Amino acid sequence: MHPTFASIQIAAPELVLTIGSLLTLMLGVFRGDRSLVPLTWVCVLIFGIAGVAAATGDQAAAFGGLYVADGFSAYLKVMILAAAAVSAVLALPYLQHAATGRFEYPVLLMLATLGMCMMVSANDMLTLYIGLELLSLASYTLAAFHRNEARSSEAGLKYFILGALASGILLYGISLVYGFGGSTNFETLSATLRGPAGQSTGVVFGLVFILAGLMFKISAVPFHMWTPDVYEGAPTPVAAFFSAAPKAAAMGLLVRVCVEAFGGMTFDWRQIVSVVAIASMLLGAVGAIGQTNIKRLLAYSSIANVGFALIGLAAGTVEGISGVLFYMAVYLVMTLGAFVCVLQMRDADGKPVETLSSLNGLSRSRKGLAAALAVLMFSLAGIPPLLGFWPKFAVFTAAIDTQLYLLAVIGVVASVIGAYYYLRVVKAMYFDEPAPAFAASDSRVNAGLIGIAALFCSPLGMLAITPLVGAARVAARALF
Amino acid sequence: MRRGGRTRRAPFRTAPSDLKTLVTAVFAFYLFAGIVLLSGAATILSKNPVHSVLWLILAFFNAAGLFILLGAEFLAMLLVIVYVGAVAVLFLFVVMMLDIDFAALRAGFVKALPVGLLLAVVLVSELLLVAGGSVRVVAGEAAAPLDGFVGMTNTQALGSVLYTKYLFVFQASGIVLLTAMVGAIVLTHRQRAGTKRQDVGAQVARTPASSISNVKPVSGEGVSL
Repeated sequence: MHPTFASIQIAAPELVLTIGSLLTLMLGVFRGDRSLVPLTWVCVLIFGIAGVAAATGDQAAAFGGLYVADGFSAYLKVMILAAAAVSAVLALPYLQHAATGRFEYPVLLMLATLGMCMMVSANDMLTLYIGLELLSLASYTLAAFHRNEARSSEAGLKYFILGALASGILLYGISLVYGFGGSTNFETLSATLRGPAGQSTGVVFGLVFILAGLMFKISAVPFHMWTPDVYEGAPTPVAAFFSAAPKAAAMGLLVRVCVEAFGGMTFDWRQIVSVVAIASMLLGAVGAIGQTNIKRLLAYSSIANVGFALIGLAAGTVEGISGVLFYMAVYLVMTLGAFVCVLQMRDADGKPVETLSSLNGLSRSRKGLAAALAVLMFSLAGIPPLLGFWPKFAVFTAAIDTQLYLLAVIGVVASVIGAYYYLRVVKAMYFDEPAPAFAASDSRVNAGLIGIAALFCSPLGMLAITPLVGAARVAARALF
Repeated sequence: MRRGGRTRRAPFRTAPSDLKTLVTAVFAFYLFAGIVLLSGAATILSKNPVHSVLWLILAFFNAAGLFILLGAEFLAMLLVIVYVGAVAVLFLFVVMMLDIDFAALRAGFVKALPVGLLLAVVLVSELLLVAGGSVRVVAGEAAAPLDGFVGMTNTQALGSVLYTKYLFVFQASGIVLLTAMVGAIVLTHRQRAGTKRQDVGAQVARTPASSISNVKPVSGEGVSL
């Protein structure tokens, strides 16, 4: 077979997503906005096909080393596609309600997902950048999707300007590494940088700039400024999407760049990743305390969680990386579940409310919702029998195994501080005087999603630990 | 500077012994580079935004001249066609059409100056650090063309890899542009109430019966249609 055809076969998930997004775009253009619901389900179907292709496809490098499909990319792709499919479905009632039910929503979601799949399969700085840019461009548009609302436009603009700056920094770093390392291919770079080239100041500068650009995407401190504002301003389903799939994709990319391309410079990037992890955990925990808006609170929660996941990367071992992958999988379920709960927060007229005080006394008006949200909050806080505890345990263990005691200690301290604001939500729901009740649930699908997320995080979810950790370990081993 | 093996390069590389060519090349370099610097400074210093864009265009033209000196004729043409022909002209239109109060934009300049200066100093010192280290070594080796492209023009070399080696990223760039287009349409296109659109179907379906009516005008009262 011609090598190009073989390559196309290896990149089947991307091909399915490309054709699928073009197809839904054409269908939407001809059938108009009333096709939003069928197109969303077509989109979910295509995500499913791509997921199967990613999980079962051949694993090899393709397109002359620009692209690689391995266990690592397969694990992340399945995770990303599942999270993106949930993000597409959970948005339906919201979009129909808010009269912005434009058919472009699933199309942009698919294009963003295509970008994410390219990112986690990137084996070259060129693919990395194109994938990241594809994700970013779709994300900027999605953040401003409610274009008639000032907050949404502001979120889009803010995200765009800061994102463009981060892309510029990333590109500058890539150009430095290319100049001093002589290649953009991860394998070639890895080999070169283990030699004397890895000692040059230029490569270290390039590494710093590349990490800064990627840290922006996972919203790690000090590149987190945009997160609370964008989450608050963007439509809630979009914020749910931002907090889930792109985080996993960018984290995967960061791991691959650090472990593969800069494998010989572990000492250099470990310092940076450790400092960023500590800053993210602490700022995420402390910053959330004063928040009164639930979306901002979840934004700080995502900053803190990224910090915890980075501990695993700082360890840099198979255990650490598999900890990161396990962490991201559990985190995706928790954050998506929490955001679907936020989508249920609508006053009697059906208008969305986002203040924490509107949750007061929820246990009396909506028992099920309050219980599910409580489980998710306890799990996010990392209270032991719930699922959220185990990935934290995995990354802390990996850190201790590599003698990064300080990281583990600060991580535990930060989780204790963070528990305060998660528990505050639970306290408001169960012990405070009731606020006006929310409108009744408008979507059985979303109610089901909340139920699944809560069950997954409950002690019942421990059944999922063995297969998840096993898959994460296989995925992590692909990098070493 | 290494020689030999490269026949299609800039004049001062192909015939370094020819003093006249060398002097011309060096003269051209300093001319172009000087104008780039001056017009770049004028771009950010001129008060009138339209003048700024015009200075920017001059900078682009001279940067294209620098590319030609390096033997990168394709990049030079690209710079002129894409940046001058499309981007800068678009800028010009936007700047002319938007009613931006540039005095208000500059209001925060003095306040932000210390931070900006600090950032600039940090970046410049970093660059100097990097440059002091190993740029000289790299510059000596970077000029040779890659294997397999010897004796080709830039355009040929780019064309030979764009759809083969870089097929994946090339097509993906197309998707990136499509996404940008979809995004721009999502954010700006709206159906305004009261706009009159041409409905070809309705026009074709018109019959004499539906479009002609007989009226009997009464003298002195006119008709209403």
